[in-house]
Amino acid sequence: MRLLTFKGGVHPPERKELSAEKVIETAPLPSLLILPLSQHIGAPLAPVVGVGDEVREGQLIADSEAFVSAPLHAPASGRVKAIEPRLSFTGVKINSIVLEVSDSQEKTGLAPLTQADLTPEKIRKRAREAGLVGLGGAAFPTHVKLSPPSDKPIDTVLINGCECEPYLTCDYRLMLEEPEEIISGLKLIMIAVGANRGVIVVEENKRDAGQILNEIAEKEENIEVVLTKTKYPQGSEKHLIKAVLDREVPSGALPFEVGAYVQNVQTTIALSRAFWKGEPLTERVVTVSGEAVSHPKNLKVKLGTPAQDLIEFCGGFSEEPDKVIFGGPMTGFSIFDFSVPVVKGTSGILALKVGEIELGDRSNECLRCGRCLDACPVFLMPVTLANLTLAGDIDGLEAKGALDCVECGSCAFVCPTRRPLVQLIRYAKFEVLARKKK
Amino acid sequence: MDYLVVFKAAGLVGGLSFLMGSILALASIKLKIEVNPLVEKVLSVLPGSNCGACGKPGCEGAAEAIVAGEASYDACRAGGPEVAEAVARVLGIEAKVEENRVAPVLHCGLNRKEVAKKGFYNGVYDCLIAEQQTKGDLLCLYGCLGYGSCQKACPFNAITMDENNLPVFDLKKCTRCGVCVSTCPRGLIRFVPENARLVIKCSSKDRGKEVLSVCKKGCIACGICVKACSDGLSLVENIVVIDYEKNPDCPRGVEKCPTKCLLPYKA
Repeated sequence: MRLLTFKGGVHPPERKELSAEKVIETAPLPSLLILPLSQHIGAPLAPVVGVGDEVREGQLIADSEAFVSAPLHAPASGRVKAIEPRLSFTGVKINSIVLEVSDSQEKTGLAPLTQADLTPEKIRKRAREAGLVGLGGAAFPTHVKLSPPSDKPIDTVLINGCECEPYLTCDYRLMLEEPEEIISGLKLIMIAVGANRGVIVVEENKRDAGQILNEIAEKEENIEVVLTKTKYPQGSEKHLIKAVLDREVPSGALPFEVGAYVQNVQTTIALSRAFWKGEPLTERVVTVSGEAVSHPKNLKVKLGTPAQDLIEFCGGFSEEPDKVIFGGPMTGFSIFDFSVPVVKGTSGILALKVGEIELGDRSNECLRCGRCLDACPVFLMPVTLANLTLAGDIDGLEAKGALDCVECGSCAFVCPTRRPLVQLIRYAKFEVLARKKK
Repeated sequence: MDYLVVFKAAGLVGGLSFLMGSILALASIKLKIEVNPLVEKVLSVLPGSNCGACGKPGCEGAAEAIVAGEASYDACRAGGPEVAEAVARVLGIEAKVEENRVAPVLHCGLNRKEVAKKGFYNGVYDCLIAEQQTKGDLLCLYGCLGYGSCQKACPFNAITMDENNLPVFDLKKCTRCGVCVSTCPRGLIRFVPENARLVIKCSSKDRGKEVLSVCKKGCIACGICVKACSDGLSLVENIVVIDYEKNPDCPRGVEKCPTKCLLPYKA
């Protein structure tokens, strides 16, 4: 197989060996689940249950009228203890439903659909009903993605099995353990968006997963598996399309502009479950890893489980971690309170030591070496953008394409003086957007 | 050597420059833009630091607006009453003497050694960037971040950061332009009347228990001061609000305040 790739990017240490061979285990039910009412991109939800209500697993507990939004279902049976602001992994308090898990578990859900229901409308409706969002990390509502404008035909669906973030192995394990579900979900997406070609994209370091998927895909007519070089950020939507289809998504546009659709492996599986089995999204696979974790694991976790419980299930900390991160090490959020819950977009919980990460003063000066320019996968000039941010030149930032930054962190990763480039550019994007709104 | 070449060249260049100069001189007479002499006079009494606090593009913009009647004679916030008086003199109108002068106060009194922290912040040392992304290293979501964006923003160098990384205002240099007030991402710097007798050094809207868990100097909304002096003090959203219209003086409240966040003020 020919290896596909894109220009730019970096090669961070992969560190996947810590958890790659660990079969997915089911984490025990915690006594308390914390469910933030805004864990997706779009309008926040309003609870449809009250304090003191008894809920069953799979029951709808929060919904919204807005189109760009995804409902929330109870991950376990129990009693609603409170609806109050609780700390989330981003460091701010978000209104959350606090659920006290009861001893007896009872399951409910949506009605399973059959072969007769295989229409684009029904698949989209089911994605919304089941509360599906992109499980790769961005948490964009899936039914919105499945509804591209009718004048933009989509010919290819790409399933993103790259998992280019270091440490994370949850998608890799799912590709090994549930390949049939991926193919089944891919077929659903192809029907929903009217595409006639499905491609599963896997990075070279997960060759065995690619082979397993390929064995099943060979029996299908329109589905193939391709391998890409291992490079960060291959899992970024735009870079996946560039590498596999050699099409460039224009600045500021979405993938449907070039007739492509990208979905993460785990979301694809969740869609297949929601459609054929009627299971709403109440759990996801999370990688708990890092040097400071006693036994790194891949865990099937109920949404709302506090990070503390998962770390304890993995044997606790082997030594005091220097940094604990929600998500991948390149784009994740560092957390300071371990009671924050797993949400739909949480792909990993990493407890890291100095050596794996660096701590230190980042307010350094630029050496003008230009490495960030070579690393930037969207061909921006990170150093120029950072300096314009410090100078407060918003016109200049817009002209230099600050809004095209995908915040992958490649520039900050290669910077020899460790300047906080992403932080500066992210602030610049915020400023440019704020002025555009005026 | 033919000296004529030198004279020729000099003559040509000299002639050309004379011609061009004449055209420019003519143009400056013919195409003269009438500038209201009043604008220049007003501009000459404005401070000239172009701070933009009045909302106009620099002092020239302010002068034009004042003369055109779009702005009041006391539009220059940086200049204060002296400048307003001077502008009024230029315009030939009577200046009303402003009595209620204000002073900036930081509504946070945290002690950075005692306050609870999330961890170690190694991002950009700028309050605006920190607040937008990681919210700095304080557990209190209302407290002063301490990265000195107000100090950097002050056009008159009136702000210094003390050893506790809190801004200190030099009221002699401060022109009350209000740039720091709009810069602080947490809205901690607010004007109080110069003759105020009380200030509340906290802005936390959290409940008392949560405040105490992160900062020993925050307002816990116990209401002791409000009970002592109900006239002019009230509790709104878990924080004491001082009504400066009534300008209360509350020595008993100050004395009994359990966290010492209600303090007497002297400009």
